[in-house]
Amino acid sequence: MPGPPSEIREVTVTNAEGVHARPVMRLVDVASAFASRITVANVSGTGEELDGKSAMSLMLLDAPKGSVLRIRAWGEDAAEAVDAMVRLIENGFSDPSA
Amino acid sequence: MEILRGISVTAGVAIGEAVILDAEEYRIPHRTVPEQAAEREVERLRAAIAVSIEELERQAQWMNTHFGRDAANVFTWHVGVLSDSKLQGGIESLIVDKAYSAAYATSTVMRSYQRRFLQMSDPLLVERIRDVQDIERRLLRNILGDAREDLAHLTRPAILIAHDLTPTQTARLADTLVIGVALDVGGSTSHTAILLRSWGKPSVIGLGDVSTRVSGGDTVVIDAANQLVLSDPDRPTLESYRRQEASFGRLMDEWESLRAMAAVTGDNVAIRLMSNIEFPHEAKASVEQGADGVGLYRTEFLFLHPDGPPGEEAQYQAYRAAIAGAAGRPITIRTFDLGADKYTQEKRYEQERNPMLGLRSIRYSLANVGMFKTQLRAILRASVEGDVRLMFPLLVSLMEFRQAKMTLHDAMEDLEEQGIPFRRDIPVGMMLETPAAAIQVKEFCREVDFLSIGTNDLLQYLLAVDRGNEQVSRFYDSSHPALIRVLRDVIRIAGRSQVECSLCGEMAGQPLYTLLLLGLGLRVFSMAPANIPEVKKLIRLAKISHAQRVARRALTFETARQVTNYLREETRKVLPEDPF
Repeated sequence: MPGPPSEIREVTVTNAEGVHARPVMRLVDVASAFASRITVANVSGTGEELDGKSAMSLMLLDAPKGSVLRIRAWGEDAAEAVDAMVRLIENGFSDPSA
Repeated sequence: MEILRGISVTAGVAIGEAVILDAEEYRIPHRTVPEQAAEREVERLRAAIAVSIEELERQAQWMNTHFGRDAANVFTWHVGVLSDSKLQGGIESLIVDKAYSAAYATSTVMRSYQRRFLQMSDPLLVERIRDVQDIERRLLRNILGDAREDLAHLTRPAILIAHDLTPTQTARLADTLVIGVALDVGGSTSHTAILLRSWGKPSVIGLGDVSTRVSGGDTVVIDAANQLVLSDPDRPTLESYRRQEASFGRLMDEWESLRAMAAVTGDNVAIRLMSNIEFPHEAKASVEQGADGVGLYRTEFLFLHPDGPPGEEAQYQAYRAAIAGAAGRPITIRTFDLGADKYTQEKRYEQERNPMLGLRSIRYSLANVGMFKTQLRAILRASVEGDVRLMFPLLVSLMEFRQAKMTLHDAMEDLEEQGIPFRRDIPVGMMLETPAAAIQVKEFCREVDFLSIGTNDLLQYLLAVDRGNEQVSRFYDSSHPALIRVLRDVIRIAGRSQVECSLCGEMAGQPLYTLLLLGLGLRVFSMAPANIPEVKKLIRLAKISHAQRVARRALTFETARQVTNYLREETRKVLPEDPF
């Protein structure tokens, strides 16, 4: 990873179903709106840093409810990007049932 | 050149271009493409991705109309994956850096993800494998387009490489231009193997990973007589196989005339030519084709079955069938030679660092006494139905032989208590295939009823060469003077001890060594049925007096090369027209 990230935050998965297909797509949509490079790691799992803009990679998060995710971003809009990602996860991926 | 060892189900040599059939019946025509074609392959990939996304969006729309938003959402992730530039980049770099075809690169990347989903802790995510497979299939369909052909549409002869074939696929081979088959597995059911045999073209199975080692379009040689598959053979090897391919056809014609003739030397010494078999039904076929019996029945083939180890009854039926096929002629049943290269199907125990020196063969049987005893019971029960002999493989010490016999006696006692008939005086012999056993042959001869020299393993252990390893396989040479001296001693000592000695390694079926072995005193040869006519022909023309001179002279050489050249010369004197 090129240099230290501009922004790091940790957030807990709160929605019942965890990070499955639809949440993954929401994350990818949000991440792709930013220029920064964004990674997501499941600190409660393998801790592997996965590309926040890759639908295939994020599916490997293996993150059920209660998992702690670490979001990192590199770039000019890193703060906004991490903020948007964290908000999405905290809101249970805008899941009305959450 | 790469050499893989497996199990032959048919005889002969086939040479041709490989076609790879994957599990989904998508024939990936070429695994690699010329470097300059990389750009075109990348284009094909991109076009396939675009078409796949369109298809999915149409499908999602249709589902949305008919089943509502939730059902349509199932495909959202599929679209997401197909739009994933990181994933696409991964596939493209395989095309550009490794010259993979678009189809093969896609398959490689998708399968690596499938393997990762397998390791997930969340069972729902494991289910995601199906989605990844679905995406893979969609992409392959769109990449291969019209090029995705059924085997029935082959336009020229080809060698089929696959992980496995279903019996249905196997049965259809007769309607195709496939001239040979090589499979990773040992036949997912023995049905596949039996169907391959009735199809009759050269086939080798149980190769482990041939389907990942060979690329579509590679030149492949199937040497079924020696249970080998060679990919990208060098020119001398290829030429030698082309000659064999031609001579095999010629020999098939001679087969008829030789079948009824006895294997008797020109000076009237009777030689017994036995067959090495893997399947019960081969006993009948080989005897009908002129074998004097079965010298080696490799029972471990029973094990290469997806349902796991066969039970006593299944084994009993297999042994009975083989014995019936031998039709009163002797049949030597060798107990399981599992482990090392043979146990390719289920790697149920931990991988060994050095399996050829590991828990294999008789060691494996003695470490799994329950399984071993089941086999011995089945053989003993079947033994009343013919001239059955029992043989233990890979003995290193007398203690092993005694332990194996003790287990045999246990099995006998159990049968006796249960009032089940068996042959108490069943001859019990050994495979002589380790240097230790060769050195102690005199001691072994006091305890065994017969011995059979397994030159394949003996040579490997004698020369410290793994012939499956292409870096060193050239050192694996049956002409090595050390092997010839060991053979001389073993045959001589067995003769003095009045213990019947046969040879069932590949050497027995190689005409180059026929004179030498005759001269060393060998009178029982056991070989792949396909080799019998060639060797028989040579034996009928040979004289023992000449063979003895050849053996004496061969023993004086210092190097394998000298031995080979000399034997070739002497063999030509007897059989001038053969190219050996």
